[in-house]
Amino acid sequence: MIRSLAACACLVLAMVLQIWRDQGFPRRELDTQKVLYVRSPEVLKRLVLGFDALAADVYWIRAIQHYGGDRLDSGLPRRYELLYPLLDMTTSLDPYFNIAYRFGAIFLSEAYPGGPGRPDQAVAILRKGIAAQPGKWQYYHDIAFVHYFSMRDPVAAATWFRRAAAQPGAPNWLMPVAAAMLTQGSDRTSARFLWQQMLGADQEWLRRRATHALLQLDALDQIDRLQALIGSTPKPPGESYNWFWLVRSGRLLGVPLDPSGTPYELDPVTGRVTVAQRSLLFPLPKPMDPR
Amino acid sequence: MRAVRSIALNVFRESVRDRVPYNLVLFAVLLIGSSYLLAQLTAGQDVKIIKDLGLAATSVFGLFIAIFIGIGLVSKEVERRSIYALLAKPISRPQFIAGKYAGLVLTLAVNVAVMTAAMYAVLGYMTWIETPAFKASWEAPGTDPALLKAMALIFIELMLVTAIALFFSTFSSPILSAALTFGLYVAGSLNADLRNFEQVVDSRAAAWLARGLYHVLPDLSAFDIKTQVVHGLPVPAAYLWSTAAYGAAYIMALLLGTMVIFSKRDFK
Repeated sequence: MIRSLAACACLVLAMVLQIWRDQGFPRRELDTQKVLYVRSPEVLKRLVLGFDALAADVYWIRAIQHYGGDRLDSGLPRRYELLYPLLDMTTSLDPYFNIAYRFGAIFLSEAYPGGPGRPDQAVAILRKGIAAQPGKWQYYHDIAFVHYFSMRDPVAAATWFRRAAAQPGAPNWLMPVAAAMLTQGSDRTSARFLWQQMLGADQEWLRRRATHALLQLDALDQIDRLQALIGSTPKPPGESYNWFWLVRSGRLLGVPLDPSGTPYELDPVTGRVTVAQRSLLFPLPKPMDPR
Repeated sequence: MRAVRSIALNVFRESVRDRVPYNLVLFAVLLIGSSYLLAQLTAGQDVKIIKDLGLAATSVFGLFIAIFIGIGLVSKEVERRSIYALLAKPISRPQFIAGKYAGLVLTLAVNVAVMTAAMYAVLGYMTWIETPAFKASWEAPGTDPALLKAMALIFIELMLVTAIALFFSTFSSPILSAALTFGLYVAGSLNADLRNFEQVVDSRAAAWLARGLYHVLPDLSAFDIKTQVVHGLPVPAAYLWSTAAYGAAYIMALLLGTMVIFSKRDFK
C-alpha cells in the first residue's frame, strides 16, 4: 500500500516538475517547427503496410490542424507551407477521400492571409480527384468555382461547369450557370446564384462557407448603396466624412451595420465605405475585372 | 475429433488465463475515446475515421495475438516438456497441431466478434446523435452492414497469419518465429509490388523470380478491402469468395506442412 502511494506521489511529482520546467523554459521554437518526415506518398503507402486509410486520416487531421493553426496564429507570419504536401499525401493514401479534395481546394484557394492563395494547387488537387473518380461532378464544379472566384476567369469556369453538367447525376442548374458565366461572368448576380446552389451542399462546412459568402455579397450591395448615398449628400464645408453627418442630415437612422452586425467603417478623407477589420466578413472579395 | 476439440478449448482457456481479453477493453477505450476526440479535430469526418480506426485496430490487435500466441503454441509445450505427456496420450501429432490451431482461431474469433460489436455500438451511437442533414453527407450509413465484409476478410487474414506463426513455431525458437512471421506479414502486405516487378527491372530472370515469389508468398494485400467498404464502394461477392477460398487453400497448405514437419520431429 505504501509503495503504491509512493509510486503515485512520484508520478504527481514528475508532472509538477514538468509543468514547472515548461513555465521556466518555454519550448515555443520546438512546438512551431513544422516537419513532414516522409514526402513521397508511394514510400509512405509501403511503410504503412495496408493501413493506408488510417494513415490518410492522420494526414487529413494534420492538414486541418496546420491550416487552422496558421490561420489563427497571429504571432507568426502565416505560411501554410505544408498544406499542399499534406493534402497530396492524404489523397494519395486514400484516393476516395472526397472531403480532402473538396475542403482542401477551398483551403488552398483562399486568398492570403486567410489561406495560402494558391488556386493553381487547388485545381491540381481537384484534378487528382477527377483522375481517381472521373464521374464525380462535384470536383469539376469545384474547379469551376476556383476559376471563377479565385482566378477570376469566368470563361474557364464556364468550361468546367459544362464538364460538370456532362457527368452522371449532375444537377440540371449547372448548364444555365455555365451560360451565365459566358454572358455576364463578372457580375454579382452570378456569384450569388452560385453560392445559393452551395447552400444545398451535403457538407455542413460548405453550407457555412456559402452562407458567409452570401453575407459578403450582401455587404458589397449595401456598401454600393451607402457609397451612392454619401455621393448624393452635400458635405458641410470643413467637416470630414463621418456617419453622424449623415445621421444629422436625416439620410441614415444610425451607424450602419454590416450583415454580421459590425459597424461599417467610413474613411474620413476619401469617404470610402469598407467593412471593419474586426468584422467576420473581412476581407471582402475583390470585384472581378470586366471582360 | 474429440481430441482436437479438447486441445482447442484448452488453448482458448489458456489465452483467457493469459489475460488476452484485456485487449478488448483497450479496444473499447480507444474507440470511445477517439470518437469524442475526433469530433473536435476533424471537419465532419469522424464516422469515416472511426470506421478506419475500428477496422485497423481489429487487424493490429488480432495480428499481435496471432503472432505472439501463435509462436508459443508448440514451442511452449516443448520447453515445458509437457509435450511428452501429451504425445503419450492417444493423440496423433496432426491432431495436436489441428487442435492448437483451432484453439487460437477460436480466441481470434471471439476477439474479432467482440471488437465488431464494440465498433457497431460506437457507430450506432454516433448515428443516433447526428442530425439527418449531417448524416446525408456520409458516403455510407454509419452502421453499414458492408463493414462485416471487411471484418470477415480481416479474420481470414488473421487465420492465415496464425497458420504462418504455427508453421514457424514447430521448428524454430519463439523469437526467430516471431521475426519470420512478421517478416512474412510485411512481405505479404507488399506482395502486389512483386507482380509488376518487370516494369522496374530489365532482367528477365529477376522478373520471373519476382513473379514466382508473388505466387509463393501469401498475398495479404488482397484481404484489405477497408478503403472500399468505408467509402461505400461495391465489393463484388465473387471477389470475397475467391479471396476467402485463396486464404483457405493457403492455410491448408501451411497446416499440412506444419503437420509434416511436426510429425518428423524427434523429441528425444
